[in-house]
Amino acid sequence: MQKLLRSPLLWIAVVVVIVAASLPLWMSAYLLGILTAAYYFGVFSMAWDLLFGFAGEVNFGPTFLIGLGAYTAAILDNQLGPPIFVCVIAGAAVAVIGGLALAVPALRLSGPYFGLVTLVAVLLLQNAIVIFAHWTGGEIGMTVPDVLSIDTNENYWYALVFLVVSAILLFGLSRSPVGLILQASGQDKIEAQALGFNVTKHKIAAFCISALFSGVAGAMLIFYLGATSVDTVIDISIGVQVIIAAVLGGRRTILGAALGAIFLILATEFLRPLGQLNTFVVSAVALAVILFFPDGLLGYVLRSGERE
Amino acid sequence: MNAPVRLKVDNLSKRYGGLVAVKNVSLELRAGEILGLIGPNGSGKSTVMKLMMGIEPCSGGTITLDGADITRWPSHRVARAGVGIVFQHSRPLHRQTVLENIKLALLPDSLIRLFADRDVDTRARAIADRVGLSAVVNRHPSTLPFADLRRMEMAKAIARNPQVVLVDEPFAGLTMSEVAAFSDLIRGFRDEGRAVLLVDHNVKSVAALVDRVFAMYLGERIAEGTADEVMRNPTVRRVYLGGEITASNKRNEAAAAKPPLLKVDDVSVFYGKAQALDKVGIHVGQGEFVSIVGLNGAGKTTLFNAMSGLVPYSGKIEFDGRNLNELTAGGIARFGLVQCPESRELFGDMSVEENLDLGGQHLTPARRHEQLDWLLELFPILRERRTQASRTLSGGEQQMLAIARALMMDPKLLILDEPTLGLAPVILEQLGRALERLREKSPVTILLGEQNVTFALPHADRVYVLEHARIVWEGDPVRFAREMGTGYL
Repeated sequence: MQKLLRSPLLWIAVVVVIVAASLPLWMSAYLLGILTAAYYFGVFSMAWDLLFGFAGEVNFGPTFLIGLGAYTAAILDNQLGPPIFVCVIAGAAVAVIGGLALAVPALRLSGPYFGLVTLVAVLLLQNAIVIFAHWTGGEIGMTVPDVLSIDTNENYWYALVFLVVSAILLFGLSRSPVGLILQASGQDKIEAQALGFNVTKHKIAAFCISALFSGVAGAMLIFYLGATSVDTVIDISIGVQVIIAAVLGGRRTILGAALGAIFLILATEFLRPLGQLNTFVVSAVALAVILFFPDGLLGYVLRSGERE
Repeated sequence: MNAPVRLKVDNLSKRYGGLVAVKNVSLELRAGEILGLIGPNGSGKSTVMKLMMGIEPCSGGTITLDGADITRWPSHRVARAGVGIVFQHSRPLHRQTVLENIKLALLPDSLIRLFADRDVDTRARAIADRVGLSAVVNRHPSTLPFADLRRMEMAKAIARNPQVVLVDEPFAGLTMSEVAAFSDLIRGFRDEGRAVLLVDHNVKSVAALVDRVFAMYLGERIAEGTADEVMRNPTVRRVYLGGEITASNKRNEAAAAKPPLLKVDDVSVFYGKAQALDKVGIHVGQGEFVSIVGLNGAGKTTLFNAMSGLVPYSGKIEFDGRNLNELTAGGIARFGLVQCPESRELFGDMSVEENLDLGGQHLTPARRHEQLDWLLELFPILRERRTQASRTLSGGEQQMLAIARALMMDPKLLILDEPTLGLAPVILEQLGRALERLREKSPVTILLGEQNVTFALPHADRVYVLEHARIVWEGDPVRFAREMGTGYL
């Protein structure tokens, strides 16, 4: 406990959360709206980092899990209209089941094949949504009858609280014995097994946890947006953004992933006056960080402390 | 000996496709004994260790631990049942401290234990103390010297109190005093009644420690007994030394007098923290045939890789008047220093001819044709196999193809890194004859790295002995037979 209190990371996090909590007092509703979406993205990236940074598996299809959660919640809300939290739970459950169905066979493969399977899963989901347009709205997408709130501040609070709770849970998990075993499995599978750990079991568990958070965040995002479409939650480019955010913020840091996602979305927003150049500049910055600070921004800061 | 048998291996076999890596190996490991499992590179000793640990499934035979059949068990179950392994190379958790790395080994294989038991900390500290890490428990692995990293691996392996400990190359990369400290540690395991298996290249390095030695070659048992018995065993001597040592009688005296083609000065190489070469200096004259002999792990391949620009080094390597540091690996090869690596690196799915053509890519078509004809004459077997995929060749044929491909580059200096690796004696003779013809028919300068002295000596004008990263002897083959012949193994 004392060690935790002395950790600079904790105090930085506390300050960041306090600043974030004070934003509704003075920030424009427009920017708050952007941040709200960014916070959900932060959870996507943290969930992805658990899998990549800790379990060492590159999931090229984070949007498979996110999309399962989002679309399950949206379809359920449209068809039966239960309370929102029921839709969110259902979305999370389907994301976990889908994640399991994907991970169990895919983890038998090694190297780049796992990544390819996850990539194909996204394409399959995307096609399924287009084919079952009657239920899903197809390429156009669908609106949901319910929303979390119509008040900007309230929506912001939902997202912030969700982000902070997810961050505490995922970060805590990463620092627990389970996180330690997961890291060992990701870094040296053979040695982790020789130390008596069932690596496959731990990796599947990590996949489920990643799916759980992705699913919940995906479902909550559509109840904030009031609509869902392939372009907002499933498209490969969304997945790439989630991945870039996590790498940008720092692999194996969890919190860095959230910061990276917020940074990426805000940067895109602030550079909007550049017009077409905007995406190009953001991508160039991301590329530069990945090339020159492969450990990411937060990873770089932490790493300098490690060399003591 | 009547201590109980802990680990028993019966008729163990392992095939990788058509290659038989382990053939009918049977051995017993008793409580309170240290068994040395030795064999040159490619003999299958590491494979046996991996099979025991369940890292790879065996193709045949049984493995029992304390009477229970563990043959098909996955690695983590074998570990839980009481077998620990110390890997030679491992990737520790770099963001965690040494203590946390040791704690990892003490954790239960559980998904729901989010908080470690309180005694884990105490136990981890006790283990750190035991292996001599207590002063550095709060440091990160990347700041540790190499020997301490090895200690940490040792600590992890014994953390769960295994009854059987497998150690892969216990002394690789350690200094003499560190070797002594590690020997004490390993003896400590034996005194506690654990069964210890040491896997190493040669008897010499483990002789002082082991109770018994099991020697392997080409996947099979060749000798078993005390270290002395195994060292005296004629089969073992033939495998390591290649039998009777004969020296070349047609030495190239003139070559030594000419200005050297290759000059290596004070070259040192580190792999992370392990020193692989320590201020090595050699020279090779134009047209000379120089052999570097040394046991596996002495640093031969590292030296060749430094010359070829494949590993960073300190010191200076001059070749044909140029400092090789200025050239890239590809540039060095085109400049005329060509290595035929130990692993051969053939393009398995390409035919013999395609492999050779690739080697001659930078020659003019006419020149390439000429070179190809000459090589097919030198290695007639390759002419017969021209259109066959190189993967389907036998080991000896593959080696000849690898040499031929290197020669296609028309090198000024050809480096042959352990061409005898994994080859049966009868093939060695063929290979030896091919080298003989090569020497007679071409002006190429050759640098040969070998642990098989009998193979290395007959052709050589001059011999270097590399031991523990250092050149310890230099002279002509006749003197080698007299001075080094007995102490080498």
